[in-house]
Amino acid sequence: MKTTAVPLPTFRVERSTRTSWLGLVLAIAGVALLISLPWWGGEDDLRLVVEICYTLALAQLWNLLAGFAGLVSVGQQAFVGLGGYALFALTIIAKVPPIPAVALAGIVAAVLAVPTALIVFRLRGAYFAIGTWVMAELFSEIMGQLPDLGAGTGMSLPVAISRAVGATVYERETVLYYMGLVLGIGTVVLVFAWLRSRQGLALTAIRDSEIAAGSIGVNSARTKFAVYLLAALITGMVGALIYLENLRISPDAAFDVIDWTADIIFIVVIGGIGSIEGPFVGALVFFALRYFLADYGAWYMILLGAVAVIIMLLAPRGLWGLLSDRYDIHFFPVRRRVRLE
Amino acid sequence: MTALLATSGLTAFYGDFQALFSVDLTVEAGEAVAIIGANGAGKSTLLRTICGLLSAAPERIRYRGEAIGSLSPADIVTRGIALVPEGRKLFASLSVEENLLMGQQCGRKGPWHLERVYALFPMLRERRHQPATSLSGGQQQMAAIGRALMTNPDLLLCDEISLGLAPIVIRDVYAALPGIRAEGTTLVVVEQDIARALGVADRVYCLQEGRVTLEGRPATLTREQIKLAYFGV
Amino acid sequence: MDWVNAIVQGALVGGLYALFAAGLSLMFGVMRLVNIAHGDLIVLAAYLGLVVVNATGLGPFLSLIIVVPVMFVLGYILQRGLLNFTLGGDILPPLLVTFGLSIIIQNALLEGFSADDQKLQAGNFETASLHITDQLAIGWFPFAIFLTALAVIGLLEFMLYRTALGRAFRATSDDSDTARLYGVRNRHVYSMATALALAVISIAAIFLAVRVNFDPASGPARLLYAFEAVIIGGLGSLWGTLAGGVVLGVAQAIGAQLNPGWEQLAGHVAFLLVLIVRPRGLFPRLVDG
Repeated sequence: MKTTAVPLPTFRVERSTRTSWLGLVLAIAGVALLISLPWWGGEDDLRLVVEICYTLALAQLWNLLAGFAGLVSVGQQAFVGLGGYALFALTIIAKVPPIPAVALAGIVAAVLAVPTALIVFRLRGAYFAIGTWVMAELFSEIMGQLPDLGAGTGMSLPVAISRAVGATVYERETVLYYMGLVLGIGTVVLVFAWLRSRQGLALTAIRDSEIAAGSIGVNSARTKFAVYLLAALITGMVGALIYLENLRISPDAAFDVIDWTADIIFIVVIGGIGSIEGPFVGALVFFALRYFLADYGAWYMILLGAVAVIIMLLAPRGLWGLLSDRYDIHFFPVRRRVRLE
Repeated sequence: MTALLATSGLTAFYGDFQALFSVDLTVEAGEAVAIIGANGAGKSTLLRTICGLLSAAPERIRYRGEAIGSLSPADIVTRGIALVPEGRKLFASLSVEENLLMGQQCGRKGPWHLERVYALFPMLRERRHQPATSLSGGQQQMAAIGRALMTNPDLLLCDEISLGLAPIVIRDVYAALPGIRAEGTTLVVVEQDIARALGVADRVYCLQEGRVTLEGRPATLTREQIKLAYFGV
Repeated sequence: MDWVNAIVQGALVGGLYALFAAGLSLMFGVMRLVNIAHGDLIVLAAYLGLVVVNATGLGPFLSLIIVVPVMFVLGYILQRGLLNFTLGGDILPPLLVTFGLSIIIQNALLEGFSADDQKLQAGNFETASLHITDQLAIGWFPFAIFLTALAVIGLLEFMLYRTALGRAFRATSDDSDTARLYGVRNRHVYSMATALALAVISIAAIFLAVRVNFDPASGPARLLYAFEAVIIGGLGSLWGTLAGGVVLGVAQAIGAQLNPGWEQLAGHVAFLLVLIVRPRGLFPRLVDG
């Protein structure tokens, strides 16, 4: 019998797509617009953008944990709270100037994430999730026992410290605004870069099959540990920024599961878990819903929860999953594609 | 007269992978049918599809004339088809007796009950309260057959009941089959061991790569025919 | 003797944590589902008790005649209509759907009952105690909690190991596909597990509502207690869960005795110590699959 050799099709591996270049252009234009905001926007606009920035940052980080590393944490409020408390401790007790204190607060959160990880990584799957929540409660209880940090009722940041951020209200708001912008955009860039790196490839391999990834030399425990610490580091900085802006901290608010984890999870689930675009879409939906439904209080949360449940069941990859499947758009190309020539 | 079980043009898929291609198989009441074929030929898939673990179009599988292709496994066992699964699949945290009692979940009445099963496989009685995992391979196979019998099936499907057992143990397991047939139970036996299959069966089907390549009575088939159907060379 | 009293009291109250935990443990055991809304369902049952007591004038414990069946049916419907669709290989859907459910229940209760504290009154029974010696007294109410926990866990064990339903639960837990081959209807079995879990929850809820004030946001703390009791006791063992509840109760009692602010902290610390020293809990039976 005669066999004809089938020629192997030629192909190349590529990541950028046409829409990703469009995305880059749009992103640059958007960032330029945001940088100029303090010259033409009001104080409320600045505060809203800061809130959107840190919400987006928290969503990107949770997505990195749950959507890429398989670490479904419902205890990220631990690091928001620790970051906030670290800011207060560093500025009030250690007399560190507030702006470097925000960065240091992230490091404090990351350092405390090491023993936390050693404990919660003993739990698997869903039990890991609740374990992270217990750790957050534990930190909250501990902060509530520290009289120097206001104990259970909390405390305010001395006026002198907020003056150190900026002498006038406008100056302060502008400084905080740029810090928020840097954290928000920086987190997106960092997550994007991480996912495109070898680490990111390892994460994707772990997500697809932990056993197979292990067999080709991906150390899944170390990769997950690194992701967990990275998320704690940035979450801690976000927490510090939030409480530098709030000026008042208490254990209940700083370690609140609804504000710092539930809302964030809903954003990621609605937008689309496992993609960088998803948290953007989810944050958009979240802030739009809040704008229109803020007066309905509890009903707003019921609706948000219900939408998240329905999306999880019917479209597990979220709104962005639906969109990108239909129109094949990818603004943040982290996937490698094999293209036949 | 309609056959007890008939598949016509049966297909099955695992995701994108097609495991069965238009399989036609007929089993008459009271028969013993063997299905032989190499590893991966689709024998287990065929049995799993008949039992409802894999879905099929309703009319592709008929049992006593009724289209059962889309029924759930629980509905199918209630109608009288029981599977002894490949690899035995005893419930690890249940005792031997509890495993047997699981056969009663479907609620069918008939000749088989605990005492009858213990009479068929006396060594199970001695170990009735032990965890199923503590049994030897042959005993586990007997318990798995016993569990299927407890559903009082009209049609018993046995998937590779000789797998991984020593020849002498295989003989013991197979020795139980005539007693089961004596109750009027129809038998379908999937085997890789051709001689064993031909010994027990009235009729034999050979599968290769998801297709029926041979069908007939053992006495009328030549070694060459079977070899060709089995290996395709 | 304050210490002995506190520890005995804590151990008895541990029965309440075991009651919280039994349902969580049952659902995880049968279908590997960890229900984040567990605590909120406890609080929901407590509000249901409140409604029944207010509407009928029944005492809190008699209200169980209505609360238990209602929660049982609710559990069946919840599993059949929602949670069954989250089951499968992936851990995200059950986790996130029950998390969403938790938020929905909390806010629905907030809308229906406001954020005010509520409590059920059981009269003298709440404070009456049995004097063992001049210094040692056991409260009848904590004692009743503990006896109820013993009885409920005993009944659950009986159900699991002596009935056809229990066999179906365990067989499904081992290998759900094979169980289906013998006539087990998975969706029904899962729904029965959740129904039973919510029936048990109801009993715990009434004790909770008599013992302390509750409000719509009281759920998550109960979830965490239940979770801690399960992990301390070891997965898959209901008697272990009871032991876990007792350990948690005693730890909280000791913490509270040292400093009133340390009650919760001591419970969490006990949990962490067990997790560090014996990661699989004190009496493990099941391997987390």
